[in-house]
Amino acid sequence: MVAKMIKSFFKKIFFNLFKQKRELKLGFYGPPNAGKTSLANRICKDFTGEGIGSVSKVPHETRTVQFKEKVEINYKGKKITFKIIDTPGIATKIDYEEFMKFKLKKKDAKERAKEATQGVIESIKWLDDMDVVVVVLDSTQNPYNQVNITIIGNLVARKIPVLIVANKIDLGKANIKKIEAAFPEYDVVGISARYGKNLEEFYESIFKLAKKI
Amino acid sequence: MVKKRNEFGKIKGFSIQFLPYSEIRDLNSTERIKKILGIVLGNNILILQGRLRSDEETRLIEDTMAMISHLKDFRGIELAVISNNGNEPEGFFRRVKSNLITAIAGGDIGALTIIGPATIVKEIRRNPKKIELFLNK
Repeated sequence: MVAKMIKSFFKKIFFNLFKQKRELKLGFYGPPNAGKTSLANRICKDFTGEGIGSVSKVPHETRTVQFKEKVEINYKGKKITFKIIDTPGIATKIDYEEFMKFKLKKKDAKERAKEATQGVIESIKWLDDMDVVVVVLDSTQNPYNQVNITIIGNLVARKIPVLIVANKIDLGKANIKKIEAAFPEYDVVGISARYGKNLEEFYESIFKLAKKI
Repeated sequence: MVKKRNEFGKIKGFSIQFLPYSEIRDLNSTERIKKILGIVLGNNILILQGRLRSDEETRLIEDTMAMISHLKDFRGIELAVISNNGNEPEGFFRRVKSNLITAIAGGDIGALTIIGPATIVKEIRRNPKKIELFLNK
């Protein structure tokens, strides 16, 4: 009995030592223009002083997977080191004419559309590599979108812990309750990545999720 | 429910096709997706009995993206799945029961999948209790 307790004690110590050194891969997934890069930028700037990518009103601004390694998040005296992975928005359709509405020239719009399609494929390929995933949704949009359901379904099938973030709560049309109703089995945290609103609750949820790994 | 934004007379060259689950039950993932995209590329709105597995859904998105780059007038698809379970949390017995039915039927035949080409279907707006199909002008 005593030997068992001693064994368990040392096992716990070694496990925790190993766990602290390990870099957890934290992926940001979601539809285009939900604020994935804005949130990833906010975290990276808070803990490393540097952002991860550019943001724009034009959809599909992030067209390749971008990451920042060794981001040590410090929350209430606890530290976890993450590899932050910002992915291109997943969509089922990409129309270059939509980009032309943002005053892009036809040639540039077509090139952007081509890159965006590759970005979606790349995002999906990276799903297998994640330890924890934050699904970023725009709280002003209808959450009952098949892309959201497909992403979450895939994460569940792969047994990857998921946190749903309802972004853009600073906007009048924001409706977190609708997102909570759409995904009742998951934790939903309302934030504003743009203004850094409610990030404390976000970090707390991330630490809770990291414990599950 | 099919909702028209304009007069129906202005929308030409598409049909609605219903595909029973038995048509895809014995196909592998590659064949299923090939069959579905073949129907959609023929300017059809497909109503499929049942649903794809979650990995097949992402595969469908991947193949759709690859096709946008290769086919001149293809802009992608609109996709929605209506499941009889909805999004309500299931109790243990209900989950066991639905898993058992799915296993016997060889798939979730209680669901319906709607897939249409993005050039025809502008948006499939889904709410918990209804689904609306908006067509392009």
